[in-house]
Amino acid sequence: MTLDLFEKFDRTLESFNQLPKGDFNPFTVSMDAVISPTEAIINGRKTILAGTNNYMGMTYNRECMDAAEEALNSFGTGTTGSRVLNGTYNGHKILEETLKDFYDTEHAIVFSTGYQANLGIIATVAGPKDYVIIDADSHASIYDGCAMGNATVVRFEHNDPENLEKRLARIRRKDPDAGILVVIEGVYSMLGDQAPIKQLAEAAKKHDAFVLVDEAHSIGVFGKTGRGVAQEQGVEHLVDFTIGTFSKSVGTVGGYCVSNHPKFEVLRLVCRPYVFTASLPPSVVASATKALELIKNSNLRVKLLENSMRLNKGLSDAGFNVGTTGESPIAAIVIDEQDIAIAYWQQMMQEGVYVNLAVPPATPNGLNLMRCSLSAAHSLEQIDYMLEKFIAIGKNLGVLN
Amino acid sequence: MTLSTSEIFDQVCELMAPYNQKSLTLETGTTFAHDLELDSLSVMDMLAAIEDHFDVTVPLNILPDLETIGHVAEAIKNILDE
Repeated sequence: MTLDLFEKFDRTLESFNQLPKGDFNPFTVSMDAVISPTEAIINGRKTILAGTNNYMGMTYNRECMDAAEEALNSFGTGTTGSRVLNGTYNGHKILEETLKDFYDTEHAIVFSTGYQANLGIIATVAGPKDYVIIDADSHASIYDGCAMGNATVVRFEHNDPENLEKRLARIRRKDPDAGILVVIEGVYSMLGDQAPIKQLAEAAKKHDAFVLVDEAHSIGVFGKTGRGVAQEQGVEHLVDFTIGTFSKSVGTVGGYCVSNHPKFEVLRLVCRPYVFTASLPPSVVASATKALELIKNSNLRVKLLENSMRLNKGLSDAGFNVGTTGESPIAAIVIDEQDIAIAYWQQMMQEGVYVNLAVPPATPNGLNLMRCSLSAAHSLEQIDYMLEKFIAIGKNLGVLN
Repeated sequence: MTLSTSEIFDQVCELMAPYNQKSLTLETGTTFAHDLELDSLSVMDMLAAIEDHFDVTVPLNILPDLETIGHVAEAIKNILDE
């Protein structure tokens, strides 16, 4: 009897098949039309988008769209090549200069996605004799970077400097000269909690380890000029590598890593997820460049965090088990039963509100979440509408008393 | 003082208690995925407790080879003997 290669997915398929078919399946949503950063037509209905990580509403920024259009007309739809062959245009170099200016670093490398930035940097920088120590709640791209590389991978308890220190000391005891890379995130996407970068990085430095901070969910959102949580906490000098994405606050797609390491540029030759893929299309590069300039000088983050606090406070006052604090753009309520979470999500859609249904293993501690990511582009009316629907459906489903 | 594999197994079983929701009798052949119905994240959490108990580094790289409690006991024995 021949083994079916797909047999291993039977359990996944089984649970997926228990979800409703068609329009109200949380994992097959399709947008018929997009009206603005905060509204789309889904299932023929005008729907508020409350789960798109479009923190600055940059996807429809006029200046970004104009820059993209100009680049599209001047340079065409794509580069059809790797950065190290024919895929570096003037725009890619300008974008990297803009990133260096944005972060005040010596070096910047742009990747085709944020996922590839983590994959490439972690898998390349940490070699066979090195160690990578990652936070337990790390994003899949960090776990995958570890899996792709040849380093020894160790995991520490989420946001726990003492637990990290214990692991560093154990490694150093056995291997005093090994290279060590500690990987953390500025903001963790599911519950919006920040890493205590100072304490974690100081533990790392005590054992001569390098520190990588993924600011995917914090670029634009935190820090005086929007660099992220390390800037907000005043600890940028403790960070060796900053990784981020253009697919959230920057409003397009792509990833980057910035650093002051004197040999950083060699990565352009040895980092396979940088070399063996096509570079970003010129229009994407142009809009990302423009968005970074705008973010640096904008106060949209104030409006964004006000919006988030309004929803978080409203949910908390209504009596929900809220997993977030309102200090990040994320608002998430915890739903005990997965069936109820699915029904909740569907009813929110029927009322014209798109949020994320987040379930294990994408969530920490086995939580089922109704997760919202706020945008500076949300109006107060939209937030109040979301809140009203959250409360009405919560009562209907017995989540709220 | 070096621990034997069976002594390590007994200690691992004690550390497994919070993860043995079905109150199974734990044996060397008890599997994490099938018998204990643990997902990969729970297995990693459990390994963290085991790491701290024995004061060793258990790299995530060996996770795919750890299907049973017996595998874990053997892995800890090997790491301690290194």
